[in-house]
Amino acid sequence: MPLTILAIDDSSTMRRLVQSTLSMSGYSVEVAEDGIDGLEKLEEVNPDLVITDINMPRLDGFGVIEGVRAHPTYNRIPILTLTTESAAELKQRARNAGASGWIVKPFDKDKLLMAIKRVCGV
Amino acid sequence: MSSDPLDEIRVVFFQECSDLLEELEDGLYAMRDGEETDDTVNAVFRAVHSIKGGAGAFGLDLLVSVSHQFETVLDKVRSGTLGTSPDLIELFMRCADKLNDLVSAAKNGDESDPSVCTELVEALKKYDDPVAAEAPVAQATPAAPTSGDDGFQVAPLDFDFGGDDDGGSNAPWIVTFKPHAELYKRGNDCCNLVSILLDMGATSARLEMSDAPIWAELATDTPYVIWHVEMSGETSEDAIREVFEFVEDDCDLTLSREAAGKSDAPQPDELGFVPTQLNLADADEDDFTPQKLDLSLDEVDTGTPEPVEAAPVAKTPAASAAPPAKSSTPEKKPDAKSEGSSTIRVDLNRVDRLINLIGELVINQSMLSQGFESMNTPVNQQLSDGLGHLRQLTRDIQDSVMAIRAQPIKPLFRRMSRIVRETGEAIGKNVQLVTEGEGTEIDKTIIERLADPLTHMIRNAVDHGLEMPDKRVESGKTETGTVRLTAVHRSGRVVIEIADDGAGINRKKVREVAVEKGLVAADASLSDSEIDNLLFMPGFSTAKEVSNLSGRGVGMDVVKRSIQSLGGRVSLESEPGKGSVFTISLPLTLAVMDGMIVRIDDQLMVVPLSEIVETIKPSATAIHQLTPTQGVILVRGEYVPIIDVGYDLGFRDRNLDAKNGVILLSETEAGDRSALLLDGILDQRQVVIKGLEENYGEVPGVAAVTILGDGNIALILDVDGLLNLSETADYSNAA
Repeated sequence: MPLTILAIDDSSTMRRLVQSTLSMSGYSVEVAEDGIDGLEKLEEVNPDLVITDINMPRLDGFGVIEGVRAHPTYNRIPILTLTTESAAELKQRARNAGASGWIVKPFDKDKLLMAIKRVCGV
Repeated sequence: MSSDPLDEIRVVFFQECSDLLEELEDGLYAMRDGEETDDTVNAVFRAVHSIKGGAGAFGLDLLVSVSHQFETVLDKVRSGTLGTSPDLIELFMRCADKLNDLVSAAKNGDESDPSVCTELVEALKKYDDPVAAEAPVAQATPAAPTSGDDGFQVAPLDFDFGGDDDGGSNAPWIVTFKPHAELYKRGNDCCNLVSILLDMGATSARLEMSDAPIWAELATDTPYVIWHVEMSGETSEDAIREVFEFVEDDCDLTLSREAAGKSDAPQPDELGFVPTQLNLADADEDDFTPQKLDLSLDEVDTGTPEPVEAAPVAKTPAASAAPPAKSSTPEKKPDAKSEGSSTIRVDLNRVDRLINLIGELVINQSMLSQGFESMNTPVNQQLSDGLGHLRQLTRDIQDSVMAIRAQPIKPLFRRMSRIVRETGEAIGKNVQLVTEGEGTEIDKTIIERLADPLTHMIRNAVDHGLEMPDKRVESGKTETGTVRLTAVHRSGRVVIEIADDGAGINRKKVREVAVEKGLVAADASLSDSEIDNLLFMPGFSTAKEVSNLSGRGVGMDVVKRSIQSLGGRVSLESEPGKGSVFTISLPLTLAVMDGMIVRIDDQLMVVPLSEIVETIKPSATAIHQLTPTQGVILVRGEYVPIIDVGYDLGFRDRNLDAKNGVILLSETEAGDRSALLLDGILDQRQVVIKGLEENYGEVPGVAAVTILGDGNIALILDVDGLLNLSETADYSNAA
C-alpha cells in the first residue's frame, strides 16, 4: 500500500507540482484547494500525511493544522507545511498548532522526500 | 499525455498566473477606488504570494524578486502596519503591470530587462522599511530574497562553522535524544528518526528505559525513552542535525564525539548569540556544545548568515523588522468568490467541438421541420408539437453552449486601463479611464480579437482625442481628461463605446487632409457625419507627425476592418469641444445568428436579422428614380437610397423594379439608413455561420455562408460591405 498524502494548496501550479513530484516517487497523492476543502476531504482521502500551504483563502494552513489535530481519527498523523513563508514567528505558530515540520517553497524534491521520510518513515 | 510533466505544470502555472494577475488587478482597482477591505487586501496579497511561489518553482528569478518585495510591502498593508496612499497604489499597479510583463516574457521565453525590476524593487523597499533601505548592512537581506527565503539553503551556512570543530577528529558521534510528549503530538515519531539515522550509517542504536516508572505510574502520553545512536565519525554534523530539524524543540538532543572530550567544546564567542528560546536549557548535559543545540528551528529560519559573524547586529531593524510585520491576520472569513463558484477548466477545443455539433443539430432540426412541411400530410398534432419542442430544445441547448464560450469583457477593459495609464504618462496627459458594464459577456474569440483594435482606439482617444492639460484648463475643462469605456447588451448585440471628453473631431482639418490625400473631391458636399467617417478611410491620418504611440502604421481603416471581420460595425460621433464617441457593435457569438432568408433573383440568401430595422412592401408612389440605376424610397418623410442587392452582386444585369420587390430597411450605428431591395422574404430562422474566407476567400458583400434546412448553401450578406460595394459601383457608373 503506498502512503497516501493529502496536499492542500490554493495554487493549482503547486498542487500539480507536489502531486507530480510525489506520485513519481510512489506516493498516492490527493489534493485539496483550500483549508476547508482539505478538512472536508480528510475522511474520504484517509491520508497518512497532510502537506499544507499556509496562505490560503477560506481557511489557512494554521486552521488546517488545528482542524487535523482536533480530529478524532487523524489527530496524530504528521502534517508538513509547505509555504514560501519563512518567518520564525509563523513557524512557531505552526509548531504550536501542531505541525510536524516546515518546508519552504520552492521546494527541492529530495528535501521534500527526505522530510516525508522523516515524519512517515517511508 | 506522454509529455514532460513539468511542461504540463508550466502550462498550469501560466494559466494560474493569468487568473492571479486578474485578481490582483481587480483588488488594486478596488483599493484605488476606496473599496479597500481586509478581503481585498488579502486577495491581492495571496495573488502575489502564489505567483511568487510558482515562479520560484520554475526558477524565474526576476519574477520572484519583484513579487517577493511586492509581497513584503503588501503584507505590511495587510497587517495594518502600513497605510495605503494613492502613490503607493500607483506603485502597486506598476508592479502588477511588471509582473504581467514578466509572466508573459517567461511564457514566451523572452528575456526581461532587469533594470525596471530593480527600480521597482527599490521603490518598494522604501515602503518596506525606510531604515533598512538606507542602511547598507541591512540591505544584504532583501537583496537575496531567494536564498533568504529558503531555510534549507541557509541552515548549512550556520553550521559550517560548527563543522570546523570536527576538522581534526573523526571520532564516532554519539547522538542522544529524549523525546518530549510534544514530539508525538505533532505527528513525529522517534522510530522514523532512528531509522533514518540507521540509513545514514548509524552503527548502533540503543534504547534506554531507565526513566520509565513502574507500571502503575506509567502515563500513556509521556515518553520515557532515551535513544543513544552511534554514528560514523565521517558523517557531518549538519546531516545529523538535519534529521532532527523538525523536532529540535521537541526533544533533548545532544551530539558528541565519543572521544573528543566533553568539556572543551563551548567557546565563549559562540555563546554570545545564544537565542532566547532555550528549550534545551534544562538538558542534563549543558556542557555538550550547547550553542549548537540552541539553534532552534526559528533561529535557523531568520535566515541570514549574519548572526555568525556579528551577533550584536542581530538587533538591527533589518533583523527585527520582519517578524512583527508578519503577524498575519488569520483568514477565517470565507472568501465569497471561492465559496460560490465551483468551476472546471475545459479545453477550448472541446467546447468548440460541441458548438460545431450544435450547429449540425440546428441544421438538422431545420431540415426535419422543412421535410415535415413539404410532406403535405394532414396536420399531425403530436408530430408538430414534437417538432416545436425540438426546436425550442435546440435553441436552449445552443444558448447554453454559447454561454460557455461567453466571458465577461472585464479583463479586456482592465488591459485598457493600463494602456491609458501608459499612453497618458508617455505624452504628459492626465487621463482617467472610467469603465462601465465590465460584466457584459461576449464570445471569448471576439474578446481576444477585439484586443488590438480596442487598444488602438484607446490610444487614439488619449493621444488625439484629449487635449493637453493646459489647453483643457484654457477651455474650462478639468485638467484630467476622461476616457469612458462602456459595454452593454443591446438587442442581441454587444455595444462598446469609447468616449473621450476631448476637443472632438476637427472637421475642417479632417476635410483638408482628405482632400489633400485625394480621398474626396475638393468641392464634395459632406455632412458632419460623413466627414467624421473619413477617419475610417484607408490611408488617412490627421496627426501631423505620426506619433509613436497611436501611429504604429495602423490606421482607423484597419481597426474598422478587424471589427467588421468579427461581424461588427464601428461608427463615430463627435461634437466639437465636447469630445468624440466611437461605437462598436458586435454579435454575441460567431457561431450562430438569427437571419432572414430572402430570395434574390433565383438565389436564397440570408440577411442578419440584427441589420434589419424594418421590412417594407414598397408602393409605387414611394419610389423615386434619380438615375437609371439609383433610386430612393420615401420612408416616413425621409428619402433613403435603394440598394439593389441582386444587381450589385451581379446576379442580374438590370435593376429590379422596386415595386415588384421587398425593401429591408437597415441602419448603421451612425444612423444612416439604406433600403435593400430584394425579390422576396421567405422565412426567419437561426442559421449556423460557416466561414467563407478560410475555405474560399473574401467576397465583398458576403460575410459568410450557411447550410439551409434542405441542405442547400446560402450566402450570408454583409450589409456594410454591400453599401460600400454599391457606392463604388455608383461611382464607377458615374465615371
